[in-house]
Amino acid sequence: MAALLEMRGIVKCFGAVRANDGIDLDAQAGEIVGLLGENGSGKSTLMKLLFGMMPPDAGGIVFRGRELSDHNPRMAAEAGIAMIHQHFTLVEAMTVAENIMLGWQDAGWRLKRREIADRIRETSRRLGLELDPSARVGDLSLGRRQRIEILKAVLRDAELLILDEPTSNLAPPEVAELLAILRHLRAEGKGIIFITHKLPEVLDVCDRVVVLRAGRVAGFAPVAGADRATLARMMVGRDVPAPQNLSGSGTGATRLSVSGLGGAGIGPMDLTLSGGEILGLAGVDGNGQLELAETLAGLRAATGGSVMLDGRDITHASVSARMTAGLAYIPADRSSTALVRGMTIAANLMLRDSARPPYARRGWLTKRATQTRAAALMQGFDIRAPSPAVPAGRLSGGNQQKIVIARELDRNPGLLIAHQPTWGLDPGATHFVMERMLALRAAGAAVLYISSELEEVLAISDRVAVLAGGAIAGIMPRGGVDMAQLGLWMSGRAA
Amino acid sequence: MIDFLAASIRIATPLVFAALGGILSERAGVFAVGLEGMMLMGAFGAVIGAWASASDLLGLAMALAGGAAMGLAVAIVTVRYRADNMVTGLTVNILAAGLTTYLLHVLAGSSAIQVDPLGPWPIPGLSAIPVLGPLLFAHPPLTYLALLGCAGLSFLLYRTQTGLKLRAAGENPEAVFVAGSSPMRLRFTAIICGGAIAGLGGAVLSLQQVGTFTDGMTGGRGYLALASLIVGRWNPWGAAAACLVFGAAEAFELRLQTYGVPVSSYVVQMVPYLIALAVLAGLGRSTKLPAAIGKPL
Repeated sequence: MAALLEMRGIVKCFGAVRANDGIDLDAQAGEIVGLLGENGSGKSTLMKLLFGMMPPDAGGIVFRGRELSDHNPRMAAEAGIAMIHQHFTLVEAMTVAENIMLGWQDAGWRLKRREIADRIRETSRRLGLELDPSARVGDLSLGRRQRIEILKAVLRDAELLILDEPTSNLAPPEVAELLAILRHLRAEGKGIIFITHKLPEVLDVCDRVVVLRAGRVAGFAPVAGADRATLARMMVGRDVPAPQNLSGSGTGATRLSVSGLGGAGIGPMDLTLSGGEILGLAGVDGNGQLELAETLAGLRAATGGSVMLDGRDITHASVSARMTAGLAYIPADRSSTALVRGMTIAANLMLRDSARPPYARRGWLTKRATQTRAAALMQGFDIRAPSPAVPAGRLSGGNQQKIVIARELDRNPGLLIAHQPTWGLDPGATHFVMERMLALRAAGAAVLYISSELEEVLAISDRVAVLAGGAIAGIMPRGGVDMAQLGLWMSGRAA
Repeated sequence: MIDFLAASIRIATPLVFAALGGILSERAGVFAVGLEGMMLMGAFGAVIGAWASASDLLGLAMALAGGAAMGLAVAIVTVRYRADNMVTGLTVNILAAGLTTYLLHVLAGSSAIQVDPLGPWPIPGLSAIPVLGPLLFAHPPLTYLALLGCAGLSFLLYRTQTGLKLRAAGENPEAVFVAGSSPMRLRFTAIICGGAIAGLGGAVLSLQQVGTFTDGMTGGRGYLALASLIVGRWNPWGAAAACLVFGAAEAFELRLQTYGVPVSSYVVQMVPYLIALAVLAGLGRSTKLPAAIGKPL
């Protein structure tokens, strides 16, 4: 059987960088191909070339037996290739049906609303999408929105679906549902290219994996018989050991003590954290994680209870007073809460301490000291940029996160609240973040590690707590962890 | 009472046109602050056209052209050159005020231009119905056209592919782009057509109601139309209803004046605008506001 898609010897250069350096990739109908690779390995470039968003420097693409060259995204779509981006291009104020009809020939100039709604319902049922054509997109979860994009592609007769990091914004149950949908699509004979850097999903759903590294195919393997360690090694070109949680300490004095804390969306809850301890807070996103993190950081008002940090009552303290007391915060929302994208790396590094030495003396900013400090932090935290004067928004997600971490850890905090600190990072950067957390613990600080990635929480924590419905469902030591119990807590059912 | 309601409808007519034009522009994603200037150019074009050609139809064509010209100016500056919508709109309003005064002077010198106002077109049969007849079916032609305009714009916005794309351009232009159309072209077209329709609103004031053009004769009605379309939630019928409320307020004010109520007419004239302010404050920021409005492409 001829392949659905064949890409041969694809080369694409940006200046001196060979983003794609002779890549071969093919996909069959009724097959899910995992495209693995770290950030910057050339996955996105390869897919942009396939979708006609830019032309390759060399190489050929054959899709359904026809040569695709000098094509644009519209021609690619007409040929039967659909791209499901990480960021959806949907109109939130419109209904599912309206979004699907937008720009679609079959909908006619005078919209055939009823006919289209029927087709949406029928296809949605067949693929298990559970989409209501009259629902407003703005009311739907990110998972549902993604399904609209999938449905759009299927209704427009796409034969090959490219999904770019499709699970990065989804809660765990939605990930499972997405994988089920992909299996339905495979059963209907669609070809699927699944771009990701999450190994478990690849092992779960893909038939075959292609690993890219530095613009070349680093390896490929059928999933049956492949194991995590092999794939991870192929991706990064070195071994990535999961951070070993050795000390299992948490024997220091109590640093954080929360009792009866309540606020909008949370509480009342009790929590204590000792020096030299990492408390992992697991749970499905949207169960009060953001509310708890922001209440502790002083961005939201507590309506009841108390928060003590090293014996000082900071329940109603200002953000600045909390910082002085030794609290550091890594927000989940990197691009707008943690950083000012338009400001330089140096400015972002001094953002929270701009009134203190070395950044300021007697109320005046000390420019030279700031530059020196920024250069030192960039080196110490491996922030890769040409100079401290580069705007933070220009850096990759991993490097942006390193700025935040450098800023927060440089203040030698007694308590760190880290909310999804590895979100969207590739394995190398994730590893870096974890190492820093462990180093901070070794220095005697307390760390509250909030993440919806259970695996990460288990890898790093001394104790594991679960947040469900804005309250602590339960806490257990990492040593004697009971997965079934954790699952029950996460699903919000009382133990 | 019937007189009062009929007067409300009459007074609301120019507002309805301007609001429809504004909806077109705002739904596509550009604030319609320039409605006042578009109306004024339309009012001017209508009278000059009708006066020069002795044809009402040519007058209306000139009103459309005048409003569209202002729309074109807004479109070029905001869409092509990505300028701020508010500042551009206000500038166009000032430009229209200056331009019409100047052109009027050049064309007519010091003498006033007079044309016959458009008379009522009673609809045969229907206008004879008691109560409803005089209320709904004995209006001048542009008033019927305003109603048709509401129906037409509703159909366009909610029932056609063009309307879908237009609304998407105001909500998420990237989605339009991905769907294979140019959001820039959509906004351009919408603003120019919106300007033409607002120009018809001006024509109602000058050609249908008084038969002459005077400096600054729109007197803030463009802004009132802007308020109406917000109150009406960017929906043609909703905006028309809001216009009717403002029309009624003005009709009421005219009554008060004729009855000789001892309140300064200037104070009474503020009533529709005060109502508009109160309603806008009461509604607050709307979730119906097109999400990408005012954001350049």
